[in-house]
Amino acid sequence: MTAPTRLETIHRTWEEPPGLMARLATVDHKKIGIRYGITAFVFFILAGLDALVIRAQLVTPNGGLVRPEAFNQLFSMHGTTMIFLFATPMLSGFGNYFVPLMIGARDMAFPRLNAFGYWVFLLSGTFMWSSFLWAAAPDNGWTSYVTLSGSTYSRGLNLDFYALGLIFLGISTTAGAINFIVTIFKMRAPGMSINRLPLFCWSVLATAFTIVLALPPLTLANVFLELDRAMGFHFYTVGSGGDPLLWQHLFWIFGHPDVYIIFLPAVGIVSTIVPVFSRQRMVGYTYVALATVAIGVISFGVWVHHMFAVGLPSLSESFFSAASLMITIPSGVQVFAWLATMLKGKVRYRPPMLFVLGFLVLFVVGGLSGVMFAVVPFDQQVTDSYFVVAHFHYVLFGGAVFPIFAALHYWLPKMTGRMLDERLARWTFWTMFVGFNLAFFPMHILGLLGMPRRVYTYPAHLGWGIYNLISTVGSDVLAVGILLFVINAPWSRRHGAIAGDDPWEADSLEWATTSPPPDYNFATVPRVRSAYPLWDQPDPATSDVLLVEGKEALATTFHDAEPSERLAMPEDSLRPLAFALALLVVFIGLLVRRELVIAVGVIAAIVGIVAWQWQTREEHPE
Amino acid sequence: MTITADPTPAGALREAPDVVGLPREAHGSRSVAWWGMVLFILSEATLFALLFLSYFYLRFKAGAGAWPLGGIKPPSLTLPGIMTVVLLSSSIPMFWAEAAVKRDRQGALRAGLAASALLGLTFLALMALEYHQDLKEFTPRTNAYGSIFFTITGLHGIHVIIGLSMNAYSQVRAWLGHFRPDHHVGLQNAALYWHFVDGLWIFIMLVVYLSPHTRL
Repeated sequence: MTAPTRLETIHRTWEEPPGLMARLATVDHKKIGIRYGITAFVFFILAGLDALVIRAQLVTPNGGLVRPEAFNQLFSMHGTTMIFLFATPMLSGFGNYFVPLMIGARDMAFPRLNAFGYWVFLLSGTFMWSSFLWAAAPDNGWTSYVTLSGSTYSRGLNLDFYALGLIFLGISTTAGAINFIVTIFKMRAPGMSINRLPLFCWSVLATAFTIVLALPPLTLANVFLELDRAMGFHFYTVGSGGDPLLWQHLFWIFGHPDVYIIFLPAVGIVSTIVPVFSRQRMVGYTYVALATVAIGVISFGVWVHHMFAVGLPSLSESFFSAASLMITIPSGVQVFAWLATMLKGKVRYRPPMLFVLGFLVLFVVGGLSGVMFAVVPFDQQVTDSYFVVAHFHYVLFGGAVFPIFAALHYWLPKMTGRMLDERLARWTFWTMFVGFNLAFFPMHILGLLGMPRRVYTYPAHLGWGIYNLISTVGSDVLAVGILLFVINAPWSRRHGAIAGDDPWEADSLEWATTSPPPDYNFATVPRVRSAYPLWDQPDPATSDVLLVEGKEALATTFHDAEPSERLAMPEDSLRPLAFALALLVVFIGLLVRRELVIAVGVIAAIVGIVAWQWQTREEHPE
Repeated sequence: MTITADPTPAGALREAPDVVGLPREAHGSRSVAWWGMVLFILSEATLFALLFLSYFYLRFKAGAGAWPLGGIKPPSLTLPGIMTVVLLSSSIPMFWAEAAVKRDRQGALRAGLAASALLGLTFLALMALEYHQDLKEFTPRTNAYGSIFFTITGLHGIHVIIGLSMNAYSQVRAWLGHFRPDHHVGLQNAALYWHFVDGLWIFIMLVVYLSPHTRL
């Protein structure tokens, strides 16, 4: 009997068995990435259904479809879900699947932490949505300003679901960010020096650092809120020395970087797709990378532009106005780099590129209305009106959702092995593009005509009816466009054309594997000699770096990515799930204010984390 | 999953020389676990930075001379002063423990961990005593000063408890002989976290205990 080949050895070491237990215990970044994507998409649909009801309520004046209290829960959960449970996790899912592949690694630096992050996302999202079962969903907007959010005026559990749910979710987001940073710093393939890092990975890196610094203010704001509500503390109560503005500052110190946490990975996707579909290397790669980092940094210096109407001193407002104008510069650098790349190359108008072009148009429109907001006097006129709603939907839907759909059309063939149906994809794009503009452009006009946001209805004599009608029709068209994708994806999975390894003739390392990739990603760890490995190297995935002694990955040095150590990768484990469930018990206990439940959860969590750490030692004795 | 041809290039029977001799998971600044701990500490440090920001925000809102609020006396410095000495001292045996394990002196390792834990527990006991005294005058529900005072010190106390738990876990592993001169990442991370908790206390001493005695 011949000795097993190296390939068979690697295959046996890495392959995960089928079955439910294996599914619950997986630590494979690709499976976890898919789960993030599917779960996030489900939340996208749920929040989208919220939006359709909102638009149905607002289609005519004096609408009577839903009661005001229900309407408040609908728009609050729409925003909260879209931002926290769809946008960031969806982009995180792409990061999870593709960052290790793009850098030539076999998995993330902390695979079990990765699994844990997913479970916490699922559990915290379910925790927040379960509030609907008691008709107690958060109902004070996605921003939950005090004093309305305090215990005096919000008596039910609505805001407790909000505060505790977001604290819980924040654990997942932070864990994921740490994982991305260490993975990109330590696990790039030999030769992938920092100036050969794909731009999508630059984006993920900048986003991850932004997350590590921006999540704590949100957590603190919610901790203060929950302490005020549940235990009678006075962070935000005026009569006892507290200040409602403290909530706003803490929330927006998180909140503004948060929109860049959403935007940066999305433009990383755009920077990935533009060169491939222009058949042209990115013009100004260095400037785009630096602009990405600059956006992350400057994003921490503009938060007060969300508070221009709150009565702050003009000197403060001027500073933040200037900073907010400044942040357009690195964004502009990126836009011009993309345009230059497209002009210099030869554009192929395939579906991923169509969505990128849609992004360019919509994001520029949103950016223009954004720059208007940086001017304080204008901001004070349109604050809290539909002009704001128009602006942020253009930058969020245009700036993030369109790149997400571009990524889905670009990368699903790699993940499933099948191409999406091209005609249906084009219909999807155009229906979404037309529907989106019909839905949201009229909101600029409504805002200038004075319609406030977050109102459940409006009277007939103000002339707002026609724009609301157009907007609702647009929202239904947009929904049809999304439905076309929901039909295309599963159908193509069964019947789509076989994709092969590299259907788009792309440049980065994920296209050097099969579609889908094997569990171990690369049989031999690639040696990289260029920023565009598949365009410059004959066979990048064939090398002499084997790593067949057990389940291993390679760590390299920071600047030049020279091999530095062998990393032992963990086996499948249920312990991340167990620890996540223990934390859920803690948060349920905090919600219902029962010390016994909290105590049980804390003890289970301690047992869980010790067991997790102990397994590490058993697998990899030091 | 079908296995296609073995991609090893013909003739390259052995693994590349620059990979064969590589260590498994080095310690110090080169291990992934160390990086993970550093970034986690960065996140926690940001949380405390914002707590201090909130402290001064509420203080400036109150206006000159009105802090602490509601006529509460500025905190006494005696007990916190002793607590400072106790907690900062606890970092020294922790340094010794790390130095000891690098020279494979297991006894000194265990003694260092134990001494650090003892000092940490003493800190907690003194903190309980300090709370007992403070709570006679004000609680977190008295006003915003009470809320921010007890939240900052309370969250720090929770971090001390977590650090002591990591210490206890490290002691169990030390007794089982898990730590070796070239492989003791778990101990390094526990030590790093403990030094962070100690360093935090310096800021708490400055912001929460000393600054109310100054005129701002």
